[in-house]
Amino acid sequence: MPADFISNLYLFILAGFVGFEVIKRVSPLLHTPLMSLTNALDAIVVVAAIIIAGRHETVLSTTLGAIAVAASFSNMVGGFFITDRMLRMFKTGRPQK
Amino acid sequence: MTSLGTQQLLDFAFIAAVALFILALRWLSSPVTARRGVLAGEIGAALAVGATLLNPELVQYRWIVIALIVGAGVGIPLGMVHMTAVPQRTALSHAFGALSAAMIGIAEYYVGVPHVTRFEMGEISLEVIIGSLTFTGSLIAAGKLQEILPQRPITYPGQNFVSLSALSAALLIAIALTVNPNQTILFPIMVGVALIFGVLLVTPIGGADMPTVISLLNSYAGFSAALLGFVLNSKVLIVAGALDGSSGFILSVIMCKAMNRSFTNVMFGAFGQVQASAAATTEARTVRSASPEEAAAILAAASAVVIVPGYGMAVAQAQHKVRELYDVLTKKGVDVKFGIHPVAGRMPGHMNVLLAEADIPYDRLLEMDDINSELPQTDVALIIGANDVTNPAARTDPSSPIYGMPILDVDKARTVMVIKRSMSPGFAGIDNPLYYLDKTLMLFGDAKAFVGDIVRELSGGAH
Repeated sequence: MPADFISNLYLFILAGFVGFEVIKRVSPLLHTPLMSLTNALDAIVVVAAIIIAGRHETVLSTTLGAIAVAASFSNMVGGFFITDRMLRMFKTGRPQK
Repeated sequence: MTSLGTQQLLDFAFIAAVALFILALRWLSSPVTARRGVLAGEIGAALAVGATLLNPELVQYRWIVIALIVGAGVGIPLGMVHMTAVPQRTALSHAFGALSAAMIGIAEYYVGVPHVTRFEMGEISLEVIIGSLTFTGSLIAAGKLQEILPQRPITYPGQNFVSLSALSAALLIAIALTVNPNQTILFPIMVGVALIFGVLLVTPIGGADMPTVISLLNSYAGFSAALLGFVLNSKVLIVAGALDGSSGFILSVIMCKAMNRSFTNVMFGAFGQVQASAAATTEARTVRSASPEEAAAILAAASAVVIVPGYGMAVAQAQHKVRELYDVLTKKGVDVKFGIHPVAGRMPGHMNVLLAEADIPYDRLLEMDDINSELPQTDVALIIGANDVTNPAARTDPSSPIYGMPILDVDKARTVMVIKRSMSPGFAGIDNPLYYLDKTLMLFGDAKAFVGDIVRELSGGAH
């Protein structure tokens, strides 16, 4: 078992608990933006895809990498965009008469 | 040595990105700070992507640039969809995320193949299986939400057996590959079986269960990214994947509780589909109905009104008329609140977004527990396009298929008004005893037209 695996497992467990504690506090009011935001954050997979596409090892790996870059980057751009669009709509009653 | 410096720069950019991602989610806890959260996430993502583009391992940028342009070209229009289409956009984005994770896992295998260790093979197999099934499963979910595919559950005899066999087959191939990673012929078969399993998993699930399914797919998409982080030894992927995975997991549990489903039932998708009993009591019971004029008079005389919207309201595109009703009643001094059931809409929180889009202030949108403590002091509960989530049989009738499901206790309000097209039962095909109560008035008609009539009546009476 590689040594990296153990430290990665530590990180995974800790991040899972941090996620649980932070997300538990998100108001149900914002559960839809929560899902689109976590989706945009998850699209950070694009960094791995960029490496695969840019290393240019085989035609197959470059092709698969490029598809992955396009798919995850569309999530990143679209996810942040729609989350902000939704959040802009949430207004309090106070400014209204 | 210069490459070492660059590597450290990359690591610091990723660490900053991870911190910003956690802050982004923390700031999402309140609508006041939520937009700052999006900005934090954007900065984190930009840092990570920017640093990656400087990585000295990259030898060719052409395909990266083309793919980034294509990605932006697809992502921006998908970010501009109408709010009623957000669930299918979300399902599609789960599909894209999972596709991306699966593609990278597949590429890793073929690039490394004569030298892939058993341990790496185990990680890659698991990652590719989850990524592939989430990809096709999410596509099916998006198709159902977009109504390209039938919304009703599609079932056939022996379904559970076929589905579980497909999953077992994929896992067995994964084990065989882990024993000997050089069996390259098995790898595409494993991917194919996992893709088929994703289709089998989601096809039997009906439209009413979509909030749970979409949360579950969210969780799978997140965990597939985290697993990819293990494969690539990428800590930023592990953290982002774990955050996304736990978010989807929490939402699945919330949806599950809101529908009174067991957790195993949800984990295995549709395998325990609630079969609606057709044993509706057909004894003739009388209902009282009312006209828009009568409904307007009752609402005008009330001091506290709770509106309970369901997905039917969004289908009828009535949310802007509901907003007008809210305005006119508020102007008359009536206290108007909205009671939102966790599964109202097609994904978690969907109803809140639809009402916020119609400019209804979010401090008027109350969760189930909060509104339930207010309903006994409420003069009128007005139900628009919701059915099962208001069914008192869930509280009182142990033989009801939805018995035990938490509901909005609208029957505790002094008067109940239900806008409905006809007496036909809801999604689950269950009769709703609420409609036969003495305090209930049925307002038959199209939600948008009926609410419009009430508004006209109320504003006419103001002069």
